[in-house]
Amino acid sequence: MRRWVDTLEAWLPKLVIAPTFLCCLVFVYGYILWTAVLSFTRSRMLPSYELAGLAQYQALFASERWWVALKNLALFGTCFTLIALAVGLALAILLDQKIRAEGFIRSVYLYPMALSFIVTGTAWKWMLNPGLGLEKLMRDWGFAEFSFEWLVDPEMAIYTVVIAGVWQSSGFVMAFFLAGLRAIDPEIVKAAKVDGASMPTIYRRIIIPSLRPVFFSSLLILAHLAIKSFDLVVALTGGGPGFASDLPATFMYSFAFTRNQIGLGAASAMMMLMTVVAVFVPFLYSELRRGRRA
Amino acid sequence: MDGILKSCASCAVALGIAFTGAARAGEIEVLHWWTSGGEAKAAAELKKTLEAKGHTWKDFAVAGGGGENAMTVLKSRVVSGNAPSAAQIKGPSIQEWGAEGVLANINDVAKAGSWDKLLPPAVSGVMKYKGNYVAAPVNVHRVNWMWANPAVFKKAGAQIPKTWKEFDAAAQKIQKAGFIAVAHGGQPWQDFTVFESVVLGVGGPAFYKKALVDLDQASLKSATMEEAFATLSTVRKYIDKGAPNRDWNLATAMVINGKAGMQFMGDWAKGEFTAAGKKPGTDYVCVPAPGTASGFTFNIDSFVMFTQKSADARKAQSDLAAAIMSPEFQEVFNLNKGSIPARLNMDLAKFDDCAKLSSRDFVATSKSGGLVPSIAHGMAVPAATAGAMQDVVTQFFNSSTTPKSAVARLAQAATTK
Repeated sequence: MRRWVDTLEAWLPKLVIAPTFLCCLVFVYGYILWTAVLSFTRSRMLPSYELAGLAQYQALFASERWWVALKNLALFGTCFTLIALAVGLALAILLDQKIRAEGFIRSVYLYPMALSFIVTGTAWKWMLNPGLGLEKLMRDWGFAEFSFEWLVDPEMAIYTVVIAGVWQSSGFVMAFFLAGLRAIDPEIVKAAKVDGASMPTIYRRIIIPSLRPVFFSSLLILAHLAIKSFDLVVALTGGGPGFASDLPATFMYSFAFTRNQIGLGAASAMMMLMTVVAVFVPFLYSELRRGRRA
Repeated sequence: MDGILKSCASCAVALGIAFTGAARAGEIEVLHWWTSGGEAKAAAELKKTLEAKGHTWKDFAVAGGGGENAMTVLKSRVVSGNAPSAAQIKGPSIQEWGAEGVLANINDVAKAGSWDKLLPPAVSGVMKYKGNYVAAPVNVHRVNWMWANPAVFKKAGAQIPKTWKEFDAAAQKIQKAGFIAVAHGGQPWQDFTVFESVVLGVGGPAFYKKALVDLDQASLKSATMEEAFATLSTVRKYIDKGAPNRDWNLATAMVINGKAGMQFMGDWAKGEFTAAGKKPGTDYVCVPAPGTASGFTFNIDSFVMFTQKSADARKAQSDLAAAIMSPEFQEVFNLNKGSIPARLNMDLAKFDDCAKLSSRDFVATSKSGGLVPSIAHGMAVPAATAGAMQDVVTQFFNSSTTPKSAVARLAQAATTK
């Protein structure tokens, strides 16, 4: 009896985890594998297993629209992560100056995160529309020459996605940095002051470098938000004008689900996965190894 | 994004399991996405008809996204060997499903109802796979309409244009009078909708058919196609800046409210006018898009029948097919949907003037050969090809590419398989 209880106790955690583990295995890794298989087939409307070698990948990289999507991802990903990091850090530093009503202001900046990207996208779609939003407002106020047409300009449309994305996420990054700033020992700052260092130097040489782990986590979160970004583009620009603001995720959706080209869609999904892997594995590896050494 | 794919697939599998073995005697299960207002009313009408015949109706409505979600669910049901009785599928997709070998032959019903006589060959051809009826049509939408606000035209001193040349003159006057000449929503499918009307107007039905249905390379690269692109850029001049990513019904509202002069859109736009309490002829005018009076681009919704295992289910399926083609259903449904009945020789007393005109032209063009499938609405070529061509058109519409290079790229896109 006693032994049985011991055995159960030893097995219980594994038993409890098992269903989740199994679901994860099947529905995440199983389907990744299936998608990989499909990307090497001629699948069109329904999955088929007639192998096509690398034909789908060849078609993918011959497609102009895919290159537009990739270029947009590079632009959007870089601008979005860097600006969100910069804005988040700046807000956090300003908030950290022991100001009044900090709790209230913090909530104000954090709240956009509570919205879904669809809501953000729709709201910004209205605000950036030249006939409805900002441009019309400024003109009604008498600035007749004011012009802001990024949303309808194929060259600039992707940057409106950056604006909306930064607006949504920088508050969250701010909260991250704020927590990091609060964790820094005030004694160090005091010591630096005694040594005659100015505030900017203290920030530049002491505080910001010690926020390194925060940079790492925020970057991880922002970069994966950028790569999987789908709903924001759908709501804000619909991938348009034309397909000028397409991202790999919207590309994949339209080819796999509306154009009966599952094979091509699967190939693009695999390329997205590969991008994530290529960016994150070396990064994770170096960061984790650093952590262990320290 | 991968997450969406996966969650769709997983819930679809779950659905498949839940439904397995659920088919009872005489049960009819119909996959559709008519979930809004008038459409839902029309679907309820079909349900009533079939229940009167003693069958059980199992509603299988999957809302959203122009049927994309519904198609994803349908694919998983069919793959798991558990297809519904019927599903809302249209155009060349019917052929693609037929090639999978999962469709039921409903020749008996078609013969009993003499469908061959009731449907124009251009329509019945779409409903057949390898010569056998596999689908029943519910309605006919005409795509090459122009919706105009006569009050705006009057204030601008312009005439309703009958050719693309007249269009240019009229639009110029409207713009000068301070209105937006063309209400448009800059979404790829809407750009493509305007494009097909322009091609039909510039080249005529025979050219349209050769270029956009048969995908004849010489026609696609011809000077006529170049002219069509040039005309499209003329249309673009008269569109307001706020157009990109505007929904079609908001563009229609601009015509309704007298902010804009005209819109090129299929006859589902009529529902917006009707809902706003506007009367055809006085408050708004429906005319074929410039130069397309002798043509008719059709967009037909249909129900495709899937092979059923039990005899009872097959009986119910036959009754469904017969009910869909019955004059009563065709009338009720199309009055609600804004389209016209697919079967010919029906009494149209209850329909409005736009529908009557549409029906007259439908009959006339089916005889003259001017009845052509709409490429922008998935009736003419497979989805992959139409998508590639749509990319070219919307790219042209939103950049400063020349018509010459657009023509070359369109011809290239037409080879997409």
